[in-house]
Amino acid sequence: MEEKLLKAHGLNVEEYKRIVELIGREPNEIELGIFGALWSEHCSYKSSKPYLKVFPTKADWVIQGPGENAGVVEIDDKYAVAFKIESHNHPSYIEPFHGAATGVGGIIRDILSMGARPIALMDSLRFGDIRKDGTRKGIKDTKPIVKRVVEGIGFYGNCIGVPTVGGETVFDEVYAGNPLVNAFCLGVLEKDKMYRARATEIGQKMIMVGSSTGRDGIHGATMASAEFSSETESKRPNVQIGDPFFGKRLIECTLEVMEKGLIEGCQDFGAAGLAGSTSEFGAKSSMGVRVYLENVPLREENMTPYEILLSESQERMLYSVKDENVEEVLNIAKKHGLEAAVIGETTDTRRIEVFYKGEKVADLPISAIVDDAPVYNRPVKEPEYLKEVKNFDQNSLSKPDIREAILKVLASPTVANKEWIYTQYDHEVGTNTVFKPGSDAAVLRLKWVVRPQVHTKKGIAIASDCDGKKVYLDPYEGGKRTVLEAVRNVYISGAKPLAITDCLNWGNPENPEIMWQFKMATQGMADACRELNVPVISGNVSLYNETVLEEGRLNVYPTPTTVAVGVIDEVEKAIPSHYQHEGDIILIIGELTKEPNIAGSEYLKEIHGLVKGNITAPDFNVEKKVMNFIHTNRDKIKSAHDVSDGGLIVALLEPAFRKDKVLGLEINIDTPYREDFELFDELRSIVVISAKEEDVERLINSAKQLELEIKQVGKVLNKDKLVLNINGNKVIDEPISVFYNSWNEGLRRLLEV
Amino acid sequence: MKFGVAVYPGSNCDYDTYYVIRDILKKDVDFIDYRQTDIDKFDCIIVPGGFSFGDYLRPGALASHTPLTYALRDFAEKDKFVVGICNGFQILTEAHLLPGVLLPNSHGKFVCKHQFLRVENDKTAFTNKLSKGQVVKLPIAHHDGNYFVDEDTLKQMEENGQIILRYCDENGNVSDESNPNGSILNIAGVSNKNKNVFGLMPHPERACESLLGSEDGLLFLKSLLEI
Repeated sequence: MEEKLLKAHGLNVEEYKRIVELIGREPNEIELGIFGALWSEHCSYKSSKPYLKVFPTKADWVIQGPGENAGVVEIDDKYAVAFKIESHNHPSYIEPFHGAATGVGGIIRDILSMGARPIALMDSLRFGDIRKDGTRKGIKDTKPIVKRVVEGIGFYGNCIGVPTVGGETVFDEVYAGNPLVNAFCLGVLEKDKMYRARATEIGQKMIMVGSSTGRDGIHGATMASAEFSSETESKRPNVQIGDPFFGKRLIECTLEVMEKGLIEGCQDFGAAGLAGSTSEFGAKSSMGVRVYLENVPLREENMTPYEILLSESQERMLYSVKDENVEEVLNIAKKHGLEAAVIGETTDTRRIEVFYKGEKVADLPISAIVDDAPVYNRPVKEPEYLKEVKNFDQNSLSKPDIREAILKVLASPTVANKEWIYTQYDHEVGTNTVFKPGSDAAVLRLKWVVRPQVHTKKGIAIASDCDGKKVYLDPYEGGKRTVLEAVRNVYISGAKPLAITDCLNWGNPENPEIMWQFKMATQGMADACRELNVPVISGNVSLYNETVLEEGRLNVYPTPTTVAVGVIDEVEKAIPSHYQHEGDIILIIGELTKEPNIAGSEYLKEIHGLVKGNITAPDFNVEKKVMNFIHTNRDKIKSAHDVSDGGLIVALLEPAFRKDKVLGLEINIDTPYREDFELFDELRSIVVISAKEEDVERLINSAKQLELEIKQVGKVLNKDKLVLNINGNKVIDEPISVFYNSWNEGLRRLLEV
Repeated sequence: MKFGVAVYPGSNCDYDTYYVIRDILKKDVDFIDYRQTDIDKFDCIIVPGGFSFGDYLRPGALASHTPLTYALRDFAEKDKFVVGICNGFQILTEAHLLPGVLLPNSHGKFVCKHQFLRVENDKTAFTNKLSKGQVVKLPIAHHDGNYFVDEDTLKQMEENGQIILRYCDENGNVSDESNPNGSILNIAGVSNKNKNVFGLMPHPERACESLLGSEDGLLFLKSLLEI
């Protein structure tokens, strides 16, 4: 076999030899296409598999862990939620609008295939620094990418009618050539009505439903498994095109056939198209599959068997259906205006046999393409850069003007108001969104009127997080902190954290230093999951987020985006992020006396231009005390917001920046440490809460009982004013609107001009 | 009083509207498929928001040529009530049940936020629980909400009291700053001459519970119960 042909399929010579050995002959081109797609990094996890085993995946409330289209956890004795996050990074650089849109569509179908009604979306986005546009060589400007990605997410999510309830957006130059677009979806189902991607008996028909099949997205999985170079533009035809109108009808059709009990299993068509879906279906059912390509509804003429099998056309689903239900399923699909056809059946051969107009065009053992994919224990090596970044003494930094520094950090695109982004997303359709974007966690009540009918007092909290800088500086501790931060955002809203899903966005795994980051970060995440008792129930890995430039290779920060989901007994009792009433007292709890450390902080990056320092280990004992305190005193806590990007001062100010009104603040901070370190440290576990004056004493006593540090630091005012006293010195006394404007305009002014 | 909620392929606020009528107003309600024409049993039909037919061609354009929409014309002529919300408003203008058109937002972006509105006419079946000049807050979520109508029609509409709602600020000031989409005269909601067909871009069905941040939407829906 020619090496060029192998390369086009993303395979190397050793992998080809393995294929020949496994099947006992040379594969034909169609079979090579199947191997190329299913053995791609994207589908096979060949570099990451050994490390994913470290994650805890079980708990009493976990109904479905990793391995299916999404994970499922129970909410109460009747209902469960299915959720997952997935990347669509590579397509979103090449064609930002459709790349991002189809990312949303794909994750919605994953949730749907579990039998759940999709009710919430989130997006975790990473872009380059817009301020560096026009100065890069060989990398596109960031601003048009941001605009088109946001538009693409809105286009799909708004139209399909699933609200985008939150997310996060981080700007850092390392993402300029490899923006990260991670899409999360959550759905609700009756817990005894879950579907899996499998047939239940041999001889069941496989029905393909949805959109017709075209030439778009062929080799999408292979593309997502290689680094970017100057030839990247030529990969545009690899990007799929989404149509949310089909997606919406596919939701309704699928939930209808499920409710009527007409299908046995369900799988969406994702990476590697028909080849991927049918062979995974066979593998999970422990059966074989026979596929008749001439039955596949096509939207383009003269498509070859190869193209039909590997097309990644969107909005398609595979159902397994008993003979007696076939006609009714086809009729329901037709009623919803969808294409539907019987394209094959399950067999007892454990082989995938593909026919085209009577001729057998591929015949492979399913185990060879699914189970026997290569697994690489890639070499790991502690990165050289760590010595340099860890060699850092924060005391050597010059002292800034505090007021100026606060204004600058508030305006940093990563910290600034993200309203420009989220007002382009319908975040309320479905009328379940209780805490809207701009909160630490999105809070939803769970109700639906039909298919399925859902009625419960419980609510859920969802939070997405990852600070790649900190993972870069210390993959192990950074990995821990990523999980901790997402989980904390869930529990401070009054929820009990249940589980997480993660999207591991990394650079080139063939670089031992990158692989070392992967090993250490996943270990850190797993340890944090065990400490906090939150299993990983689903996720995805995206490697090769690397750009090859003349000057060298640019890898993204290791970015293990984590979304935590928790349950709230009574959704009315969820704790908001924003201050609620004038006159309320502001307190801080957590690691209040610990020496501040500005390693990896937004302040260090924005004010001093450095990404450096030693990321300290989080103290899970303190964390558990904070969680316990919040749950115990939920009815007295009027708001809670944690210290993260921008540090303590940002955590104190942000809750005053309400959408309806900006509240005034008086803040008094006493510290034995340098003022800038105290205000901007991001590594201490601290939560800012507010309470009615009459409840303060009880809260203080409660904290003391739990041996948790607590301090009263200020008051919410009924006027446009910010007073900041540090150690008794008045550092700021002016309208708070000045600070609000800096935060409010930070991102908007970069995107609007 | 029997309500119907129209369902076109791509409607996506149908469930929310149905929920409010069934579970909050506790009234009789059915979904109505877009192929259905037998609608005489209903007293009020709500054409909900969403992206009917994927907004292909123009928002509302394809839905305006369906059996149900054709039937709505006869339904409206019988003095029964029709309310179009967001995409439903777009469908009713495309079907010429309401005057004017809804163009793409002047800033070219989708906009989802809570918006203040001023009641311009409280003497209608849709606003009798509100008072003229009252400021309410409702969510908006649309890409094509930029209301436009020719000058002559606009003049007639003003004379007939067909302008029902206008975008404003929290104090009720109607200005360019409080206009979220470029609509002419900040118009957010209108009626037909006969005042039995209403259309508005904001979503009252999203503002019927304090848990979600506003109950102002209920005032409109409860007004309909008085008819």
